[in-house]
Amino acid sequence: MSSTQIPKELLYSREDEWARVEDHRVVVGITDYAQDQLGDIVFVELPEIGKPLEIRDVFGAIESVKAVSDLYAPVAGTIVEVNRQLEDKPEIVNEDCYGDGWMCVIEIAGDDALADLIDAAAYAQYCADRAD
Amino acid sequence: MSGVLRTPLHAIHKRLGARMVEFAGFDMPVQYHSILEEHAAVRERAGLFDVSHMGQIHLRGPAALATADRLLTRPMASLRVGRVRYALLCNEEGGVVDDVTVYRLADDHLFLCVNAANIEKDYRWIVRNSPDDAGVRNASDETGLLALQGPASPAVLERISSGSPGTLERYGFAEFAVADRDALVSRTGYTGSDGFEIYVAAGDLAAVFDALLSEGAADGLVPVGLGARDTLRLEAAMPLYGHELDDTTSPLEAGLGKFVKLEGRDFIGAEAIARRAAEPQTRVLVGFELDAKGIARADYPIARNGQDVGVVTSGAPSPTLGKSIGLGYVAPELAAPNTTFDIRVRGRAIPAHVVETPFVGAGGQ
Repeated sequence: MSSTQIPKELLYSREDEWARVEDHRVVVGITDYAQDQLGDIVFVELPEIGKPLEIRDVFGAIESVKAVSDLYAPVAGTIVEVNRQLEDKPEIVNEDCYGDGWMCVIEIAGDDALADLIDAAAYAQYCADRAD
Repeated sequence: MSGVLRTPLHAIHKRLGARMVEFAGFDMPVQYHSILEEHAAVRERAGLFDVSHMGQIHLRGPAALATADRLLTRPMASLRVGRVRYALLCNEEGGVVDDVTVYRLADDHLFLCVNAANIEKDYRWIVRNSPDDAGVRNASDETGLLALQGPASPAVLERISSGSPGTLERYGFAEFAVADRDALVSRTGYTGSDGFEIYVAAGDLAAVFDALLSEGAADGLVPVGLGARDTLRLEAAMPLYGHELDDTTSPLEAGLGKFVKLEGRDFIGAEAIARRAAEPQTRVLVGFELDAKGIARADYPIARNGQDVGVVTSGAPSPTLGKSIGLGYVAPELAAPNTTFDIRVRGRAIPAHVVETPFVGAGGQ
């Protein structure tokens, strides 16, 4: 696997999701490492708007040709937006996981909701530790 | 990963960047780059598979033919030298031990190509039910097998073969030199597209695989892993042992009646198959398409009006059709084309309907 992309300005979870914090809105998606591991993504199941989440609750699923993977909330909060583009074009997640491949927006109550997230350097180390 | 077997091409797969997975006790390539791309390559151009994990069991000697006739659901005495026949090995209860292809090499010599997961089981079953002069031999370890599939296959193969394998009829086979190595080539496959299966000595596999890849590059040939092998065979509605078939499945409920000849024959399981055929069927294998977004997968329940009425045995997105397809067992009343039911996917009901199979026709369209 060629070097995985890990944008410095984002935060990450150990379930291979990224989070972009915009005040009390957190945009969430899966990382380049995750989309590469999954292979061709053929279906994304996204949550209902208004769904409340605890940290690491399953909020959806992402399917490759061979397997189903659960999506875990990297922060606690409420789903306020989902990326409907992914319903018809799930492959956008493979092509642009940090941009057009965003999955949902979670509204958080306060900054302590971000406490379990790690920075880009820590996530890079986490990926390196798992490499074959 | 101790205890996992490797085919002679393992190092080549790693060199090509394959993602490996354990299948039937072997470390095999599931994809080299992308399952969807590899699938499309076979439908549009050509793909090359390492299927050396599969097994080859020979019967040779005075009792070979009679033994084969007694073990298999179709007559083998009528199989001409140079021809291949798909058939089933059944147990006394009429359940499927394995689905196999049988090659007639000579009057008193044939071999069965068997599923990798069943090699030991099939060999013990055949030995237990054969007299000594059937000459049963498990040649799996010394036999390598490649599959070259897709419309460009004949052109690619002919360029590196003696003779003209492109003139083989479907289900015919003959011996050729491929990349200067002795090979048995059959016009068979597990994809629904045109193509060949190429048997060589295990020691010759790497040379033939590399020669085909480099010769085939001009036609867009790519190596293809087990991921696409599964989506291709599903589009062709070909059963996979362990999914559509197991040792409790009757061939008739799996829709394989045309590969079972009962009249005038006595093979192991014939009586049970006939008896089960005379009773009301409890389940029947059907093909279906999903009518909303989602993917059906093995073991997902099939439901109707809130009741479970069956189970999915295989399912995937069909890259050729752009929709999700699957196979599953349902009650016979639900087997007619266009019958609707739901597939239960993680608690949600996804509507689906029965379709005729194969999903993708002969030639891969």
